[in-house]
Amino acid sequence: MTDFAKGMAQGLLSKIKDASSGKPMCFMEVCGTHTMSIFRSGIRKLLPREIRLVSGPGCPVCVTPVGEIDQMIELSLLPGVITATFGDMLRVPGSTYNLSEARARGAEIKVVYSPADALEIAENNPDKEVVFLGIGFETTAPSVAATILQAHRNKLKNFMVFPSHKLMPPALDVLLSDPEIDMDGLICPGHVSTIIGARAFEPVAEKFQMPCVVTGFEPLDILQGICMLAQQVSRGENMVENAYRRAVSWDGNRRARKIIETVFKPADARWRGLGTIAGSGLEIRKKFRQLDARRHFGTREKTVPEPKGCQCAQIIKGMALPSSCPMFSSACTPLTPVGPCMVSSEGTCAAYYKYGES
Amino acid sequence: MKASRVLIDHGSGGLATKELIEKIFLKRLSNRYLSRLEDSAVLDGKSSGRIALTTDSYVVDPIFFPGGDIGSLSVHGTINDLAMQGARPVALTLGLILEEGLLMEELEQVATSIASASLDAGVPVVTADTKVVPCGKADKIFINTSGIGMVPEGISLGADRARPGDMVLVSGFIGDHGAAIMTSRANLSFSSGINSDSAPLHRLVERLLDRCPGNGLRLFRDPTRGGLATVLNEIAQASRVRIAIEEEAIPVRAEVISICELLGLDPLYLANEGKLVTVAARECADQALEAMKETEEGKHAAIIGEIMEVKKASGPRVTIKTSIGGTRIVSMLAGEPLPRIC
Repeated sequence: MTDFAKGMAQGLLSKIKDASSGKPMCFMEVCGTHTMSIFRSGIRKLLPREIRLVSGPGCPVCVTPVGEIDQMIELSLLPGVITATFGDMLRVPGSTYNLSEARARGAEIKVVYSPADALEIAENNPDKEVVFLGIGFETTAPSVAATILQAHRNKLKNFMVFPSHKLMPPALDVLLSDPEIDMDGLICPGHVSTIIGARAFEPVAEKFQMPCVVTGFEPLDILQGICMLAQQVSRGENMVENAYRRAVSWDGNRRARKIIETVFKPADARWRGLGTIAGSGLEIRKKFRQLDARRHFGTREKTVPEPKGCQCAQIIKGMALPSSCPMFSSACTPLTPVGPCMVSSEGTCAAYYKYGES
Repeated sequence: MKASRVLIDHGSGGLATKELIEKIFLKRLSNRYLSRLEDSAVLDGKSSGRIALTTDSYVVDPIFFPGGDIGSLSVHGTINDLAMQGARPVALTLGLILEEGLLMEELEQVATSIASASLDAGVPVVTADTKVVPCGKADKIFINTSGIGMVPEGISLGADRARPGDMVLVSGFIGDHGAAIMTSRANLSFSSGINSDSAPLHRLVERLLDRCPGNGLRLFRDPTRGGLATVLNEIAQASRVRIAIEEEAIPVRAEVISICELLGLDPLYLANEGKLVTVAARECADQALEAMKETEEGKHAAIIGEIMEVKKASGPRVTIKTSIGGTRIVSMLAGEPLPRIC
């Protein structure tokens, strides 16, 4: 970091201090990438004591319910199926075991970095059925949709997506409607906003009188976001501001949203910790149903209770800290995670564990 | 007719095995010990001092990567394990497990690479073994190398010897090997231009020990799997100290930082195969740094932090001062979502 940037950081910190002027404030960083970046740069320790940051539901792996993980494991074990997935999914515990163990039991599971890689695997393995696990928020949905369109165009018969995408604004609405949640502002997710645009947070800001700042991921971006939130609170404002203009526009990426709309339609979705939220998921449209792994294999999600004693549900809502969970760092560690927040590198518990916060 | 692939016959112990040994290995690795083809190598024991002995297995995927391959890696890795104890490497063993169907051309390439790494390091392969397993029972080629070395009189190093006030040094850019392996994996469609740092470190260690005699150098560690973060944690635990490092002092290539951001990784946890970490008494630190910078392997060396008293409440730990001025804990690697890297 240059001296100039360090000077900026100092400047922002003193502005934050001025704005909060000793008044306690609690901001939620909705996105898991923010959580990690805040820990990595040590921002918590630089902020005035009265400013508290809590982590929200912004890790797609963490909010995937156990029943769905079980379905994915079940599919992966079918003969002739190759499962393609982002690496984070491998150690997420299902009700009995995880995908990593399914692999040890003979499932063919490949870690990919993009859905396009999964498409390539399908092209190279015409005698196998390739299922891509479509996990993610609005950020990954367009590339998965584009892959589905391409598979459809190329009449690829052996490629499918297991749709498990989640949409952020409906979840925020449910979260903030919880009377137990007391938040002064939202550090809104930068990546998701590149697609949905800063304007997508307007209803939330209005309905809940909630200051919202779309924020980037570099340490200076985050300080800037926190500064703008603290200033809004001190001025009694509650509007949507965009502190990440180099990537996010007010309207977002219309083309990407169009691709999502072409392939998916909104559907109710179950979130770990938040329950079923109307219109918070994406279902593959009928036109592309042959590419829908759920329909193709006819699997049904079973309702599976959350692991006993696991507080991920509370943690996802920002209502409990990992350290208040009795299993944190004893029964539940990144190597043997009980709940999903410990698995994903962007999970709140994993971040607290890795960076030794209590 | 020369087989173009490794066959089960090549592991049978019969004529095909003999041909494989002669045409592939002896042709490249021949020396007065190996060429005798006896059941064990009998080394001339002239050196005095204590004997260092190490073994390591290599199952890297892919077997060829930018800046090296499984062959050179297996030679460098074992030499480095000896060097980290201050030993002068004397000889290596070579155990190969080959998967049926491996291209003979690839095996030749690996053997050539082993030969050139061993010649370059001046450490001969003195005894070897080859087995072939059916297709699918191994992944192309697995290599085990053991190494023997002599620790000169008066050298005593150990991870438990770091003391408050000592300085922590690293011999160059970290994360190159891990980043090179990850970007060369088949399912990544971009190339990064980053080469593995795979290199033997025994000469660097010898120079350091020459230039900083006495017990000023406390230990050497090579931050392979688990990276710099894991090695520093091991030192902190063994010596019961706190290690404070500075993010901005750690040499990391800009390309490696970019790859890490793209893949969600942290350079502190990426493997290195040609770097060492040393802890030096404060009065020796500059001299050690200078000695490293004079060598090719150590020209980007840096002092990255210091050893502090352990705080009673928190116990031994590693902390990093981030570039923005915050501090955080650097924990050990706790399992990674990506496939094996070495």
